[in-house]
Amino acid sequence: MLANTFNANASAAAIDYTQYPDAHGRFGDYGGLYVAETLMEPLAELREAYLRLRQDADFIAELDRDLKHYVGRPSPIYHAERLSQKVGGAQILFKREDLNHTGAHKINNTVGQALVAKRMGKRRIIAETGAGQHGVASATVATRLGLDCVVYMGAVDIERQKINVYRMKLLGAEVVPVTSGSQTLKDALNEAMRDWVTNVADTFYIIGTVAGPHPYPMMVRDFNAIVGREARAQMLDQYGRLPDAITACVGGGSNAIGIFHAFLNDREVKLIGAEAAGDGIETGRHAASLAAGRPGVLHGNRTYVICDDNGQITETHSISAGLDYPGVGPEHAWLKDTGRASYAGITDEEALAAFHELARSEGILAALESSHAVAQGIKLARDMDKDKLILVNLSGRGDKDVHTIAAREGIAL
Amino acid sequence: MNRIDRRFAELKSAGRTGLIPFITAGDPSPDSVVPLMHALVDAGADLIELGVPFSDPMADGPVIQHASERALAKGVGLAQILAWVGEFRSKDANTPIVLMGYLNPIEIHGYAKFAAEAVAAGVDGVLLVDCPLEESETIRPLADAGLHRIFLAAPTTVDARLAALTAQASGFLYYVSFAGVTGANRLDLTPVHARVAAIKRLAPELPIAVGFGVRDAQSAVAIAEFADAVVIGSALVEHLVNSAPAAAVTDSARGFLAPIRQALDTRSTRHAA
Repeated sequence: MLANTFNANASAAAIDYTQYPDAHGRFGDYGGLYVAETLMEPLAELREAYLRLRQDADFIAELDRDLKHYVGRPSPIYHAERLSQKVGGAQILFKREDLNHTGAHKINNTVGQALVAKRMGKRRIIAETGAGQHGVASATVATRLGLDCVVYMGAVDIERQKINVYRMKLLGAEVVPVTSGSQTLKDALNEAMRDWVTNVADTFYIIGTVAGPHPYPMMVRDFNAIVGREARAQMLDQYGRLPDAITACVGGGSNAIGIFHAFLNDREVKLIGAEAAGDGIETGRHAASLAAGRPGVLHGNRTYVICDDNGQITETHSISAGLDYPGVGPEHAWLKDTGRASYAGITDEEALAAFHELARSEGILAALESSHAVAQGIKLARDMDKDKLILVNLSGRGDKDVHTIAAREGIAL
Repeated sequence: MNRIDRRFAELKSAGRTGLIPFITAGDPSPDSVVPLMHALVDAGADLIELGVPFSDPMADGPVIQHASERALAKGVGLAQILAWVGEFRSKDANTPIVLMGYLNPIEIHGYAKFAAEAVAAGVDGVLLVDCPLEESETIRPLADAGLHRIFLAAPTTVDARLAALTAQASGFLYYVSFAGVTGANRLDLTPVHARVAAIKRLAPELPIAVGFGVRDAQSAVAIAEFADAVVIGSALVEHLVNSAPAAAVTDSARGFLAPIRQALDTRSTRHAA
């Protein structure tokens, strides 16, 4: 009785963040299973398979081997001394997920889900992609396991991420352009869901972010949580302490939850997500679901969404295709409400400035998505003392964005 | 008594198969919705499913996706749809209306507010595609207000869930004839028949409507052999959008539905004889 009363009144300080989601896939009011009846049983099968496999020693050993020898983990933590000096505040450190095979954190998740698919006996992989990083990471693991792969991608995104489209084709995947709705990531996700509902018997859907119906937000988080586990150990090893703050970009939020998760119970570490503010939140042309959206239901879960007063999901804008999404993972929605993490908007201009600053001071071309986290890190560092440490998740490399940046600057390549 | 229950009781005592057309509210044009609903009733509809357009219709095929996009482009929203239902209700007190769609428009409108307004307008039930039984607590205010929550069952629904679904069902159970999106052409009646029979054994009194892939009189009659009602959506929506002048839409709806009604009635008369 006493325990119940205590739980009912639990403040953010009392929450054990490692114990979520609950059995129903809930993070507080968020998450859940908002899908058509046809998918309920396939999702139950996936949940059971995953819960069994994550305790399975063989599975864990195979995943660890792949992460080490194929992905190239662990990724280093790098002290950006020159950048820190220029900014003149706290020390900026990067978790170098851009150095992973295929160039982003996305591979952590696809390697894991592909192994689940293989053990479930599925022979066909489908995926949705925005920037193309998750599509590439899915095509990569599918071809390595000899599985067919179909990637759904909004027609608008195909246009702005041509290099990744071609990479997927080189890896043997079929890239299907999605021309419904706003022709971006959200519509690609709708189309992948439609494929899954139609081909559910032999198909495994690798969702690329911590959204979708349960168990996806949990499973995708678990596979990305290695980023934070490594980072926490590396911080203690290299600096003898945890960082004062961590920043990561948030579209769906997979790299952010990946690096945040191991630190959730370390209340002294500030966690800040950088959402895409596009042209500025006040212009309405942005993709900042947490900063400017409201609770709703989209893509199988309850979370913050960007929609109008009729409940219609509205078009979002960001220079980075990977952040151009009107929802966000339900765990982030919950972390926002509990106050454990905070979320701020970074505009296209701020992200671009950070991209250039990082390129010139450290010789690193960051993905436009990750450049939002870099911008947030720089902002934060300015107001903090030199002995403070800010860890920025450099979630992906920027090669794929070179054309976008050149076009923005009026340069034809 | 809810109009849906009354209608299925009437159908049962008359030995007739229910005919349930689906249209997307606001398509092919906002002006045509109410006349279209009356025309469908004239042509033999027993219940009308009115689709509430949503920007991200995950369970729908291209026909209904495009109908939703057209309706949304014309600014159709929940308040207007409820007003149309009210207008329809002023001339038709008996034909049940089920709103079919996705959660977010209702979530944003507010569940209790929507429930009160829907009942006042004359809505009888809701079928929310992305609100399975497990999440149905979300829409409890709708049931509390007297709206039937129509649940779906699918080929992938396992027996244990089927028992839970039939125990919680109200109005009727909507059986999805194949794993796929609306409007696809994958109908194979043998497994559908077996499954509907299994549901009938679990819940003999619960009416079962079968939808997805029903395109014409022939497929409707085949389903009438074992189901209490047939739902026709994409084929009708596609037919209507091709009937260009707005004035022709009601004639087009009658022309589409009446032969199906006639075929169903011929079949039930033959059965009675």
